[in-house]
Amino acid sequence: MTTAPAVEEATESAFLAAFDAAVAADSRIEPRDWMPDAYRATLVRQMAQHAHSEIIGMQPEANWITRAPSLRRKAILMAKVQDEAGHGLYLYSATETLGVGRDELLDKLHSGRQRYSSIFNYPTLTWADVGAIGWLVDGAAITNQVPLCRCSYGPYARAMIRICKEESFHQRQGYELLLTLSRGTAEQHAMAQDAVDRWWWPSLMMFGPPDEESGHSAQSMEWKIKRHSNDELRQRFVDICVPQAEILGLTLPDPDLRWNEERGSYDYGDIDWTEFQQVLRGNGPCNEQRISQRRQAHEDGAWVREAASAYAAKHEGGAR
Amino acid sequence: MNRVPVTAAIALGDDALVLAQRLGEWAGHAPVLEEDVALANIALDLLGQARTLLSMAGDEDQHAYLREEREFRNVQLVEQPNGDFAHTIARQLYFATYQQLMYSELATAQSELEQGGLAALAAKAVKEVAYHRDHAVQWTLRLGDGTPESHERMQRALDALWRYTGELFQPMEGLPVDLPALREPWLAAIGEVVARATLTMPDGPDRTPWAAGAGRQGVHTESFGRMLAEMQHLHRAHPGASW
Repeated sequence: MTTAPAVEEATESAFLAAFDAAVAADSRIEPRDWMPDAYRATLVRQMAQHAHSEIIGMQPEANWITRAPSLRRKAILMAKVQDEAGHGLYLYSATETLGVGRDELLDKLHSGRQRYSSIFNYPTLTWADVGAIGWLVDGAAITNQVPLCRCSYGPYARAMIRICKEESFHQRQGYELLLTLSRGTAEQHAMAQDAVDRWWWPSLMMFGPPDEESGHSAQSMEWKIKRHSNDELRQRFVDICVPQAEILGLTLPDPDLRWNEERGSYDYGDIDWTEFQQVLRGNGPCNEQRISQRRQAHEDGAWVREAASAYAAKHEGGAR
Repeated sequence: MNRVPVTAAIALGDDALVLAQRLGEWAGHAPVLEEDVALANIALDLLGQARTLLSMAGDEDQHAYLREEREFRNVQLVEQPNGDFAHTIARQLYFATYQQLMYSELATAQSELEQGGLAALAAKAVKEVAYHRDHAVQWTLRLGDGTPESHERMQRALDALWRYTGELFQPMEGLPVDLPALREPWLAAIGEVVARATLTMPDGPDRTPWAAGAGRQGVHTESFGRMLAEMQHLHRAHPGASW
């Protein structure tokens, strides 16, 4: 059959044309639709990284659940950490629609073959860090994630709609926590300022490297997985935060921060990309700790998961 | 006129608060992601119950953060460290079964105490703890009738916590529920689950012989003080501050 490869090629190019047309028309790509392998691989990488970030991100905040200074704050923080576990669940389910299961992705996380957001490699040293994470880290995440609600891949876009609603609650609670501290005693105010000083720059790094150095960006924008460049989103975030910091009565640790009339935006100082690269490479203050806690929880839980499977196998068909 | 039975509200509130605190320690350490969600959910329900109950007796934070160890009135069962997952599940099974029986009675208690809001709290809580109990039962079955390792761990956990169960059925001042009478239905309910899970009912003593008493008298176990130190230290380090 000498014609077979030619037929296959013709079919493939017809599929590709249909895919390109769907993306161009802003239609959603659904799990059963044909998609280029590279599109699938990009989505799996990005969605897995996002899911991993949710579950690793539980750690720095869970660090304060047992010490929350009022019962109201304890309840809010527990609910927030629970939401993050839930976000992890939706996102791992969304990757399943691309044919990759949670176990495989967790293996890759535990063995360092897949990443999570570098921001969680910084420690939460005081109670105010819980507020700074809500205001800045969740704020930056929302800025990144709201455009993902219009991402070309349907299951991801739909998961993001739900996640963004909850994230916006997280961001508000962080802001309100910092406001309470800032207007509280002198010690509380200092605690809030110190937290903002430590979290500001790492939050700006969350948008990823500058556009000219961002490896995955161009193709992702073409596929409408990504809708705005790293620098555009970073600028949007800075412009939102500056007036909020003023209301909080806290300063942002950047002497170059000033309004630029011409651009209608705030100029900001140079980001220390060496730090970013170092943390990315595993040399941040908590890289080792975060991943070993994750591995430990997984290993300690192995006998429980085995018991659940053994039970299910024994009682298959006959519900008890 | 305040008709809230303060002693009972504090005892039940302390139970819920202390168990919520212990369950909160699981966040980020659970054996599967679904359990991170479930344990946090149970902790949140309990924390909600604790806040309502402690508020009946005054300021919730004052009660939670500014009392000393000997002033807490929770049963010793809820303060026991999490241990492995089987220990946490055994603690949940024993306690949620007790709470379900107790809150069912309390929700329908016809007395002047209803005006204190206890009956309303119980009516809401009984629905929550039915879910907590179901969660514990499902896991007891899976661990008991899962692998030889899980069976052994679950049996060890049931045995180890048994000595803290007798205290649950001490009479409580101001609570319109006959607690000693709940012991029989509790034993029957636990026995049924234990049997289905192919496990054996523990046969050791179910309480301490110490005359000083136990949690309801403010006598606790050694790890409790450390748990409170962690829970209270930030609040206490900033006297009078608002959070």
